[in-house]
Amino acid sequence: MSKVRTKDIIEKFQLELISGEEGISRPIITSDLSRPGLEMAGYFTYYPKERIQLLGRTELTFFAKLTPEEKKSRMEQLCTDVTPAIIVSREMEAPPELIEASEKSNVPVLRSPLKTTRLSSRLTNFLESKLAPTTAVHGVLVDIYGVGVLITGKSGVGKSETALELVKRGHRLIADDCVEIRQEDRDTLVGSAPELIRHLLEIRGLGIIDVMTLFGAGAVRSHKRISLVIDLELWDPNKQYDRLGLDEEKMKILDAELTKLTIPVRPGRNLAVIIEVAAMNFRLKRMGFNAAEQFTNKLADVIEDGDHDDF
Amino acid sequence: MVEKKVEVRLKTGLQARPAALFVQEANRFSSDIFIEKDGKKVNAKSIMGLMSLAINSGSEITLIAEGNDEEEALEALINYIQNEN
Repeated sequence: MSKVRTKDIIEKFQLELISGEEGISRPIITSDLSRPGLEMAGYFTYYPKERIQLLGRTELTFFAKLTPEEKKSRMEQLCTDVTPAIIVSREMEAPPELIEASEKSNVPVLRSPLKTTRLSSRLTNFLESKLAPTTAVHGVLVDIYGVGVLITGKSGVGKSETALELVKRGHRLIADDCVEIRQEDRDTLVGSAPELIRHLLEIRGLGIIDVMTLFGAGAVRSHKRISLVIDLELWDPNKQYDRLGLDEEKMKILDAELTKLTIPVRPGRNLAVIIEVAAMNFRLKRMGFNAAEQFTNKLADVIEDGDHDDF
Repeated sequence: MVEKKVEVRLKTGLQARPAALFVQEANRFSSDIFIEKDGKKVNAKSIMGLMSLAINSGSEITLIAEGNDEEEALEALINYIQNEN
């Protein structure tokens, strides 16, 4: 999991650092934020101290009404040694009690010109994508007619060669050999290439080639949502391959389920065309048109009618 | 399944040429072999995946092998990366 530190959000959202500079390397472990309104009123029983704290106009105007002793104690309780940051929104002045307490426990106090709700939604989006669970998968990710297709299979089965042919046919390469996958939502998986091998493809006999310089910027993209998995395997004469396409096989990556097709590889089979058609057929199914199902229904009807014609 | 944590002693680390040799070595075995570094796991039989880890000399990696010849595979690969040249 990639780590996010307070200094990353300072940089990303151009926040002004007011105090507690020693704490800017603190890790942020959750994408949840907290607006410590009840805490300002003195209720610290369930204070989520590991979250980023947002102080908006409501919290600060309430705070201004407290007695000096209350102010001091509330701010001291707010600044703990695990709190990653306290952000004051709307370019408001940070109360001196907060600055004093933050210097003591090294909690960074930051300021933003944004409104609290706007800031909180942007922070949540940023943190959710950064803190999403990730994994790396051995395979090739290609965008085919807008469908993110992850091609998997054993080493040497022809994944990269198929990807090259697909790129040649106008589709886009995202990653070869090693695909980093991030789960952004319950069933949204986004794949990208590790920085070092972005836009590169390795072809046995040719070596490493750069797809972007060879085929142009239109032949690559940086990331893509994965919708379909195609598993290539050497043709096994003892195995039954799907002949109808009525059942959908599923595959689990992280917590999300993806549709998976197993395609046998044999000399003379044009894999790029088969995968291209698989992607188109997948789109068609999502639009509600299922050729296999319609055909079976029609066949069933004809067989039933045939029974009656005999009389 | 066997796995072992080892230190890379190759002087140059796994640069392109040593990485290619490593992958060649790994491909001699039928077992599935993986390398893990800093929580990132890649297939040791694929050169691009291996190079994306940018393994330098002195770094600690975990080798994982699973299959008929897992013991031999692990031994041969550990030999290779612990060789100083």
